[in-house]
Amino acid sequence: MLNMQSVSKSYRHRGKTITALNDVTLEIPKGDFVSIVGPSGSGKSTFLLMFGGMLSPASGSVLVDGQSLYDLNSEHRAAVRREKIGFVFQTFNLVPYLTALENVQIPLFLAKLSDKEQKERATALLERVGLGDRLDHKPSELSVGQQQRVALARMLANDPPIILADEPTGNLDPETSQAILDFLQEVNKEGRTIVMVTHDMRAAGTAQRTLRLVDGAIVNGRKATSQETDFPKGDDV
Amino acid sequence: MRLKTFVCREVFERKNQLATSFVAILLGISVIVAVKNITFYSEKAVAKELDALGANILILPKSASLQDYYGADMQGEEFPEEYVTRLAASDLQGLDNLSPKLSLPVELSGKRFTLTGILPTNEFQAKAAWQGAGIFSRPQNCGTVDAPGATAEPPKETLVRKRVISTLEENQALVGADVGAALGIKEGDTLTLLNKPFAVTAVLPATGTVDDSRIFAHLHTVQQLAGKGPVLNAIEILGCCDQISKGLVQKINTLLPEAKVVTITQIVDTQIKTNKMMARLSLLFLAIIVLVGGASIANYMYSNVFERRKEIGTLMALGAGSGVVLKMFLLKALLLGLAGGVAGYVLGTAIAVIFGPRIAGVIVLPMPSLALWALGVAVAISLMSSYFPARQAARLDPATALQEI
Repeated sequence: MLNMQSVSKSYRHRGKTITALNDVTLEIPKGDFVSIVGPSGSGKSTFLLMFGGMLSPASGSVLVDGQSLYDLNSEHRAAVRREKIGFVFQTFNLVPYLTALENVQIPLFLAKLSDKEQKERATALLERVGLGDRLDHKPSELSVGQQQRVALARMLANDPPIILADEPTGNLDPETSQAILDFLQEVNKEGRTIVMVTHDMRAAGTAQRTLRLVDGAIVNGRKATSQETDFPKGDDV
Repeated sequence: MRLKTFVCREVFERKNQLATSFVAILLGISVIVAVKNITFYSEKAVAKELDALGANILILPKSASLQDYYGADMQGEEFPEEYVTRLAASDLQGLDNLSPKLSLPVELSGKRFTLTGILPTNEFQAKAAWQGAGIFSRPQNCGTVDAPGATAEPPKETLVRKRVISTLEENQALVGADVGAALGIKEGDTLTLLNKPFAVTAVLPATGTVDDSRIFAHLHTVQQLAGKGPVLNAIEILGCCDQISKGLVQKINTLLPEAKVVTITQIVDTQIKTNKMMARLSLLFLAIIVLVGGASIANYMYSNVFERRKEIGTLMALGAGSGVVLKMFLLKALLLGLAGGVAGYVLGTAIAVIFGPRIAGVIVLPMPSLALWALGVAVAISLMSSYFPARQAARLDPATALQEI
């Protein structure tokens, strides 16, 4: 379970002070799938960074399974990420000089699994995302969609109960996007909690509920439908 | 996958960027290895030359003047033979051959010659006190390079070259080249000096020094003829060159304050100066390689960290602690240092072996001990100059992973 209690955070962006979060209190229960939408620069990513233990709030506390993250030191927060959190990024963030298999092995290597275990688990995950025949390909030898699938396999490497996704479909065509969203729904059904930041209303619609971030506050927190989340054209959200 | 795999993959993926740092450390190490290697053999060669000159330290009575090195013992003043015992019983390093001498003027067929008493080495061995002091357990011929396969010198050559002779009976004499020529003496003839008959065992080859007009006999025989008791005019010592440069002369002075200790100063000075210059040159190159090589590696590492900040951020987002990141960069530095050290040693040794004979005029052989030195220096430079960039990487904000770079 993820919690924010009276969390505030502001930062400076292009000379202006932006209130990313203003006294936000929020609860994301286990197994929830939440999408976070909002205008560009509204601080959507701040959510992910805070839940990932990578950005401390100015005030308030952030809890993961009841444990206040920022009462831990950075090494312990890294351990929480390693054990409980799977990350997926808009630009995939694959390590360019490692093969697909080795990229998926990274979290397993960080968790100090043996070589054999790393390989077995990474191979199974890549097979699950349909890349069983691309194990030894480097990211540059894979299509954009395949790269994101490697990233999804890596996300699941340590079998994390929490998934933090930063615009996972931002760089993909609609068809590939849908495949990725389907996959996220699939892993959500396995009981994993998913927090997804997105621009894409169709993507947001996949979630069980959508939180809209405006001026540092959550303005609605309800079950989203595709009609409701259709923002007017040209609105940079 | 292990940390090593991670680091090696990255290095081979971006080897061009690493090349400059590698070349900097390679060139630096190879130059120092070459200088050290050539210096070592050049010092050995000079030491050998010095050794070939014969005794290079003289112990004389305090009031002796020194006009002719080879004739310095013919001054008519004496000091006790006990000095030899003192030297032999001391723990001084680098005293190779002790040769005590007593000289007397003698006349033969109306011509003046010098009768010099010398002590053959077998008498040293016979003296229990000296043997107990361990003089013959000292390394012999230290500071010289033994040419493999060189044949032993004939007995009379050792007197000329090393100022010692292994055996000499009480009634035997060795005759200098000029004496032999002037008196028509040949090996096997008999001489009568101060009413004592001597059998001539050898006529020595010409040396171009006053030794050519000397007749050598057993020290104790000459002491009896002189009637002055167990006294000496001089002790000649073949000192090790490197020990002389470390202050052997001063140490002997301390041991024998009543005597005068002199050395072939010019030769030794030149050697000391060469040693010092080479040492300074090595230090200079070391300073250059530390500065240039270190700066190059630090520069490379900083830009590597900057380029890879998103990758480092991603690793941290995936749960890497700062320790893993630090190790990743230090391991890379270690590999760079090892590679630079090994390659630097190989290249430096090749330069020394190929160009040593042209630069220093000596045969230069590879020195495996320099490999350890090269590795140590290269790894130390690489690790030290990478530490701060590595620490910067370890302290990177993991939020970088989400930023668009």
